[in-house]
Amino acid sequence: MSAVFDSLSRFYASSIGKKILVAVTGAALVVFVLGHMIGNLLIFAGPEAINEYGHMLQTSLHGAGVWIARLGLLAAVGIHVIATIHLTKQNRAARKDAYAKHKAQVSSKASHTMIWSGLTILAFVVYHLLHFTARVGNEYNSAAYKIDLHGESVHNIYKMVIDGFSWAPASIFYIIAMGLLYSHLSHGVSSLFQTLGLTTHRNAPVFKFLGHAYATLILLGNCSIPVAIWIFGYGR
Amino acid sequence: MSLLNLHLKVWRQNRGQSGHFQDIDAPEIPDHASFLEMMDIVNERLIAKGMEPVAFDHDCREGICGMCSMQINGVPHGPEKATTTCQLHMRKFRTGDTIWIEPFRATAFPVIKDLIVDRGAFDRVQQAGGFVTVRTGSAPEANSILIGKEVADAAMDAAACIGCGACVASCKNASAMLFVSAKAGQLNSLPQGQPEKDKRTLAMVRQMDKEGFGNCTNQYECEAACPKEISVRWITKLNRDYAVAAMKEAFVGQQERAEGGE
Repeated sequence: MSAVFDSLSRFYASSIGKKILVAVTGAALVVFVLGHMIGNLLIFAGPEAINEYGHMLQTSLHGAGVWIARLGLLAAVGIHVIATIHLTKQNRAARKDAYAKHKAQVSSKASHTMIWSGLTILAFVVYHLLHFTARVGNEYNSAAYKIDLHGESVHNIYKMVIDGFSWAPASIFYIIAMGLLYSHLSHGVSSLFQTLGLTTHRNAPVFKFLGHAYATLILLGNCSIPVAIWIFGYGR
Repeated sequence: MSLLNLHLKVWRQNRGQSGHFQDIDAPEIPDHASFLEMMDIVNERLIAKGMEPVAFDHDCREGICGMCSMQINGVPHGPEKATTTCQLHMRKFRTGDTIWIEPFRATAFPVIKDLIVDRGAFDRVQQAGGFVTVRTGSAPEANSILIGKEVADAAMDAAACIGCGACVASCKNASAMLFVSAKAGQLNSLPQGQPEKDKRTLAMVRQMDKEGFGNCTNQYECEAACPKEISVRWITKLNRDYAVAAMKEAFVGQQERAEGGE
């Protein structure tokens, strides 16, 4: 038992071990982000669709489903952030004296700013959870945000989202965060295949294209909601 | 032949002390000189003036030894693709140019003097596992182990690595992954390397980490800077080989024996 544990702690201690954990948790978050976006787009199918979807998530597995997902996501985010902070600190220590002149030849701006786009997205996630999940500092937990659905009183997600994005600063912060998520994903998605040892000469351009396409899809899909509500007055 | 008038900003440093850039004028440099020959001319002039010449590494001057480590205008071995400093020629520069010349900067490559860095960390990574254990004595019959042409070619691509350190120098994290992956991958691809594959992979990666190199962030600057154009697909293979070896070590352990042990 302890031999296994020792080996696993050596795995985490190694550079590649940490990177593999970042890639695996990143992959889990990539899948989540897509599912989350598809669910959110139900806002365009009307109040009943998104309220029913939310109620289904809340009551799946007698209410345990949502907590299993939350704990899994918390673990994924925790490992992803802690390991990348460790890696970044090591990377800084590996070159203490900077070059007077250093020219990047092929790497993207996005790949140089992963830690900053990532930490800003983390701050956004905290805000987002306080805004729409814990609903702190707003009225979204009050009786005004309950609605009758098939004879059951459920949370009126539709009204909450419309009201939430009617406030310009919230919409602007969401759109900025999605821009950074685009940047993060544009490097991260193709990168995770490399770290997991799956990239080949043949599939490398495919992964690179898919990474950018996926990042663009998430950007457009997620931004369509605040843009539709705040700028075009959808649902207001 | 035309002559170039250049302005150099050269890093001067003694081991363990802090360094600085020295401004050196280099007038009338023949454009057919190699970069190292330009440095020789500059040094001769410095010596004639009673000044200390610039210390720089060099050996074969034909692009195969990997000694001529210099960061030239922010790129290891200068702006030419797939070229070592000794194979870079002054005709690639224009008269009036200012050229920044720095050592390869990495914590794992401490500066010995001026542009010379200690790349002993690479040797220690090699010593940790970059070999195959063979019986010495008479050479084995060449065709006793058959190797597919594609495999032999791929291993040869990795073997082209001259250990110059440009990958470390170009990486924003000073990661040695391209070097280590080429050295491990060359042997891990061949039948002769199979018996020690897991042991080698773990040992070389651990030594690499111990030396204080950074971590790969998949930006592929190393591949762009490599004078031998080693592919980053070797890094993919090292990631894969390491994951397999580490999991085997954790959950399977050493070779099971029917007898012996406890």
